[in-house]
Amino acid sequence: MIPHVLNVVLFLPLIGAAAVMLARRSDSAARWTGVVFSLLTFVLSLELFFGYDANNPAMQFVEKVSWIPALNVSYHVGLDGISMLLVVLTTFITPIVLISSWSSITKNVPLYIAMMLILETAMIGVFSSLDIFLFYVFWEMILIPMYFIIGIWGGKNRIYATVKFFIYTMVGSLLMLIAIIWLGYYASTMPGGEFTTDITMLFDIAPTIPLGIQGWMFAAFALSFLIKVPAFPLHTWLPDAHVEAPTGGSVILAGVLLKMGTYGLIRFNLQLFPQASLEFASFLSVLGVVGIIYGALVSMVQKDVKKLVAYSSVSHMGFILLGLFGVTVTGLQGGLIQMVNHGLSTGALFLIVGMIYDRRHTRMIEEFGGLARQIPIFATFFMIVTLSSIGLPGLNGFVGEFLILLGSFQSDVLGSPWYVVFAASGVVFAAVYMLWMYQRVVFGVSRNPENEKLSDLSIREIGLLLPVVLFIVWIGVYPSTFLDKTESSVQRVVEKLEKVQRGEYLTTSVSEQ
Amino acid sequence: MHQYVGLIVLFPLIGLLINGLLGWKIKNEKVIGSIGSGAVGLSFALAVAIFIDMLGAAPEQRSHVVELFTWIAAGSFKVSAAYQVDQLSVLMTLVVTGVGFLIHVYSIGYMHGDRSFARFFTYLNLFIFAMLNLVLADNYVLMFLGWEGVGLCSYLLIGFWYQKKFEGVTITWTGDAGNKAFWVNRIGDFAFMLGMFLIFKEFGTLTFNEVMGQADTMAVGNSTVFWITLLLFIGATGKSAQIPLFIWLPDAMAGPTPVSALIHAATMVTAGVYMVARNSALYALAPDTMMVVAIVGAVTAIMAASIGIAQNDIKKVLAYSTVSQLGYMFLALGVGAFTAGIFHVMTHAFFKACLFLGSGSVIHAMHEEQDIRHMGGLKKVMPYTYWTFLISSFAIAGFPPLSGFFSKDEILWKSFADGSPILWFIGAAAALMTAFYMFRMVTLTFEGKPRWADDKHPHESPPSMTIPLIALAALAVVGGFVGVPAVLGGGNAIHQWLHPVFAQAEKTMALPEHHAHTTEYILMAISVAIGVTGWWVGRRMFLKDPNADERIAAKTGFLYRLLARKYFVDEAYDAAVVRPVVKTSDSFLFRFFDVRIIDGIVNGAGALAGWTSRTLRVIQTGVVQNYAALIVVGLVIVLGLIIL
Repeated sequence: MIPHVLNVVLFLPLIGAAAVMLARRSDSAARWTGVVFSLLTFVLSLELFFGYDANNPAMQFVEKVSWIPALNVSYHVGLDGISMLLVVLTTFITPIVLISSWSSITKNVPLYIAMMLILETAMIGVFSSLDIFLFYVFWEMILIPMYFIIGIWGGKNRIYATVKFFIYTMVGSLLMLIAIIWLGYYASTMPGGEFTTDITMLFDIAPTIPLGIQGWMFAAFALSFLIKVPAFPLHTWLPDAHVEAPTGGSVILAGVLLKMGTYGLIRFNLQLFPQASLEFASFLSVLGVVGIIYGALVSMVQKDVKKLVAYSSVSHMGFILLGLFGVTVTGLQGGLIQMVNHGLSTGALFLIVGMIYDRRHTRMIEEFGGLARQIPIFATFFMIVTLSSIGLPGLNGFVGEFLILLGSFQSDVLGSPWYVVFAASGVVFAAVYMLWMYQRVVFGVSRNPENEKLSDLSIREIGLLLPVVLFIVWIGVYPSTFLDKTESSVQRVVEKLEKVQRGEYLTTSVSEQ
Repeated sequence: MHQYVGLIVLFPLIGLLINGLLGWKIKNEKVIGSIGSGAVGLSFALAVAIFIDMLGAAPEQRSHVVELFTWIAAGSFKVSAAYQVDQLSVLMTLVVTGVGFLIHVYSIGYMHGDRSFARFFTYLNLFIFAMLNLVLADNYVLMFLGWEGVGLCSYLLIGFWYQKKFEGVTITWTGDAGNKAFWVNRIGDFAFMLGMFLIFKEFGTLTFNEVMGQADTMAVGNSTVFWITLLLFIGATGKSAQIPLFIWLPDAMAGPTPVSALIHAATMVTAGVYMVARNSALYALAPDTMMVVAIVGAVTAIMAASIGIAQNDIKKVLAYSTVSQLGYMFLALGVGAFTAGIFHVMTHAFFKACLFLGSGSVIHAMHEEQDIRHMGGLKKVMPYTYWTFLISSFAIAGFPPLSGFFSKDEILWKSFADGSPILWFIGAAAALMTAFYMFRMVTLTFEGKPRWADDKHPHESPPSMTIPLIALAALAVVGGFVGVPAVLGGGNAIHQWLHPVFAQAEKTMALPEHHAHTTEYILMAISVAIGVTGWWVGRRMFLKDPNADERIAAKTGFLYRLLARKYFVDEAYDAAVVRPVVKTSDSFLFRFFDVRIIDGIVNGAGALAGWTSRTLRVIQTGVVQNYAALIVVGLVIVLGLIIL
């Protein structure tokens, strides 16, 4: 047991960032420092995974220190199964990202490493905050390193992309801020209540808010999170951000940042506003389903591999959205594992795209062909990750998609099989856009003599992909390792909504008022 | 013995891991081939042992479930990696591993010298692994793992020679053909998945035994069961190449020939038949679905057989023949003759695998020539290939007492007795075509004068290839004796063996017993007559004139073109589905909606903010007089408003 392990995991990357910036010795020293700090963070975070008691639905590893007494704001962090899984995903992906940039980032290396480490702290903070004000601080903190990562180390059109990313996100978060203040104020209007931003307290207070107001607050939070997911039709920042971002930025964006949106929807929308959630469930599920099909179809016609993968994210995240708002344990569990799956598969796809870009300085599908002959190891990894992405049973993607679809099909909240009928068609489209792209890039014969000079993956690159593939198979074959950790927390979320649906929850709370 | 079933699945997994991870280092073809074949051989041996063990047990004690571990569990849903060992799954396991083993051995010779030898055996073992999961699974989800797994292997193996071109509608590379197979199968899988969701909603479980147990008390004609069975059947039309999803199988011939034999003839494509048979208790509750199954099967049988008449690629003929034979199997299932369907799965595995491997032997000898118009006279140079091919052709044409006679005849008899005379007639007509196109092919390939170029020196294949041919031909001869019907004084062993599996379905369907033996004899005689006629006409016509096709084509004009071009189904799908979807996605969804509308609004909002600021900037001149003037104007307006 490590005392205050969550604090350590949360701030170790930040200390790492400071170390990198203060030392500023050489590029390679900066790289090594970054890798050591991020790996250490990962190792320590294993304590969070193995130390987490799956039978205890309460928040664990809790730390609470008063921060701004005037507003009743405190530094309050802790994890349940849902956030624990995402924290570990973050600590797993970050070292991979840092190692992936080993030779592709040559400009201003210490700053890049520091930005990544700051980002890691911010992401872990988002997932572990139990104070909504603290959450907001971390949420906004994400923007700064991400803005620079795209803006400094990005491609040709990076400024447009990074500003678009920034403003899109800001629009959402400003409304969220208003809702946060409103929420705290509402708490103070309760008999004996006071202004609070403590999530654990708001869990009990917020559901009693009259539906009219709850709906507005729900919408304010949801908008912010839906932009982050990104849900159709708020997704157009994503392809630009991905295409312009350096490989590491794309991996972290797809791997973790998008999950902040779906995490927020669970933690805040579902848990704080159960009644509004039920009202909006169908609407958000429709957005999810439209996203699945729309993302897939638009992905199909892309000419740039990276843009194709970016649009495929819209499709995959649509599945998660559907899983959340079907409001069943099965669907939510599926949504949660699918967040991890998408992080692994799409993260790996961006790594792979980066590897080929490093070699050829192009990502256009038409430039390739016949790579299986030149670089078979690359082709093999690419195949496995592609199959994971299209949800082949035995690999991770299937477990998530299957549970989501199965859960939503049973959902009383949605109450119609048509959501799933349309959503499941995404499984067909996924095979179309991924395998078509794979065929044109890897099979056939080379369409450019440059391809014949390519070198296969280096040991470093294999080392990056191997752990990801390990988990792709692991989750596909034995997902219980992860599903068991989150089941009770998910159950708690769903039970509350079911109570509200049966009309039990509200009546007791109102009578207490 | 049944508790060791996990090992049957494990051996191919070990084989594929060894060859997949270390194949590049082993390099030696003999070692790689032995590992791959040996793994499947071990599985076969164990399957035989389990089978013998089961023979010793009482019929009602032959079904066991062996649970390995919980696979996926969330909420009320739980599904295990668990295998069901019963009469049906053991029979399928024997066919898969037995025929699979022979084809593995054959591949050692066929793939000799290929630069991706190890990759080939890795995929083959992966296929056996997936196929065994498919047939042994005790629940739908694990079956689906096998189901999609075999589809993956099919995809990987069709595109195995990914640098080779392949001709087809919208197909340029072998990989395109692989994609087509995967996509079309995915459409079927989409329906299969919906079927599973509906089953879970209705039954609260996805385990076969539990579902069938509950189905026992359900009424015939239950509408949910109708949808379930129909959705599952759509899944089967994908995997087993039935109308409307049969289009991928002929293009799957882009793969190496052992693959066509193993996956696209003997085993994978029969998965749909197996799946329906596994769900016989549900199908029995849905007579409407049964009718759909029977009609689709019959129509597919005759449609594919008619296309087979006009093909010149030896593998394409066999491919359409397979589609057609699969149609027979579904016809059997549709009229409730589940045993007959499975019986035909088995005999078809023998003779069709033999035919495909024989065609591979020919292609090998002819240096990749596949057009039967450029063959002829091969029987002298490759006697083993010829004789085994001929025997299997007689078997598929339904000559007694070869295996195909018994299984096909039973299907035709049941479709007459329990279905309708129309179904029988369609089946019989397709049988005539079958005999015809088979002997057209045999004659053009092996008989007459050689029509190949002088620089080709065809030769008999090595023993690693001919021995499997002989073994399969022997099975094609004797395989039918397990199903000799009572009217011919047979014990119909396969019926008795499978009876417990289909007992529930048979009880539900309550089909009448047939005692009118006269009819059965008459129909049997007609079957034989049909086979003989097809053989005689096909052989004579093409022996006399190898170019008889051209005469027929000239005479029948469009009709012949219709057959030769496969009824233009590929073209129709391309025009009606593929092109519109791609075009809409590109020009409307992406270029118009995403770029113009959504981003138009986003960028428009940005531009608006910029424009507003620039406009307001005009009055921020920094000149005090201007500000003073504006203050006066404002004052006047405000005062004016107050006064008025």
